[in-house]
Amino acid sequence: MIDRRVAKARSPIRSQPLQELDTIAEIPKEEYVLKCSSACAGCSDSLALRYVLKAAGPDTVLVIPACCTSVIQGIYPNTAFNVPVYNIAFGAAAACASGMSNAFRGAGKKTNVIVYAGDGGTLDIGIQAMSGAFERGTDFLYICYDNEAYGNTGMQRSGATPLGAKTTTTPTGKTDFKKDIDGIIAAHDPPYMATAAAAYPQDLFKKVQKALSFRGPSFIHVLAPCPPGWRYSTEKTVEMGKLAVKSGIWVLYEREYGKLSIGAQSKVAMKKPIPLEDYLSPQGRFKGIDPKNVEILKQRIAKNFAKLAAEEASS
Amino acid sequence: MTTTQKRERLAMSRPVEGATGKTGTWRVFRPVVDREKCNACGLCATYCPDAAINDDLEIDLTYCKGCGICANECPKKAIGMVREEK
Repeated sequence: MIDRRVAKARSPIRSQPLQELDTIAEIPKEEYVLKCSSACAGCSDSLALRYVLKAAGPDTVLVIPACCTSVIQGIYPNTAFNVPVYNIAFGAAAACASGMSNAFRGAGKKTNVIVYAGDGGTLDIGIQAMSGAFERGTDFLYICYDNEAYGNTGMQRSGATPLGAKTTTTPTGKTDFKKDIDGIIAAHDPPYMATAAAAYPQDLFKKVQKALSFRGPSFIHVLAPCPPGWRYSTEKTVEMGKLAVKSGIWVLYEREYGKLSIGAQSKVAMKKPIPLEDYLSPQGRFKGIDPKNVEILKQRIAKNFAKLAAEEASS
Repeated sequence: MTTTQKRERLAMSRPVEGATGKTGTWRVFRPVVDREKCNACGLCATYCPDAAINDDLEIDLTYCKGCGICANECPKKAIGMVREEK
């Protein structure tokens, strides 16, 4: 059993040595998602999952609540995922992972337990179980791939939908802000948390490896653009993720024991961001967005930049 | 009954290639590589969501869904998207 005190006492020690990876060549060739899952063409969920599993390796169990990943696996009795997967109810992923992790550690196994959940399963429905698991100091990795709506059921608004975005339940654009899940996680003070984007797979790979090298709970929030949901053509998935980082609406950073370090790509964006319109205009969900909302989004980006820069300077 | 036999009776999916059928049939546009322009940087294989491009940068058309990310991200513009004929 790993309770919080034990996790804290152990936390400065990494359970595995960490090698530095700089080139694409050092990413393992093994694929753990066999050709092919039934994800939509141009899906960044499967792109992100490829690199998550490459980083985690074969000794991994995925816990997947209701989300796109639970339906793209294949048709029984076949599955495209070459690692054990536990599909569980929407709100229970982190609770399940908590028990699983304790059982593995109790049996002396180092198996990685990874929750791979969408934004609905993290920000809205799964938040209670997730908060509990972080509070208990469960030794696991929670990955939230964020396509900013309930994509699997037909793009309904979620807590992650940004201001002004049209979804099937907000046909005139969302009137509320995106929930700051990273702030909520940071308040739990986990050993490691990071943001990543499917458009930067090498960065995501390194962050997953790093997260798994810590004992105790870790969290990675991955931006996953969704072609049918965001209403852009399929070939722009990677481009869209890069535009999000370059415009500053998505910031890449990591927090190790509370010490913040902002990613190189986001530092460039902080000095000279591209216009936010370049990110918004290719997306059908922002078509006809109120210029006032664009201004508010810009102000929030500037505020977020200032907050993160100040935190990095002081930590 | 042995443990293996018991496991085989479990309602559990097993990994296999083509678990969701031959997804190449979804394709509307087919990627075509111009080998003259290709400098083998491997970015297409890096960004392919379904790992349908192998180490020799050959595209597996049985499974390629034709999303076009490879063509869009190719720095040499060596990949063109051609409409599939019926």
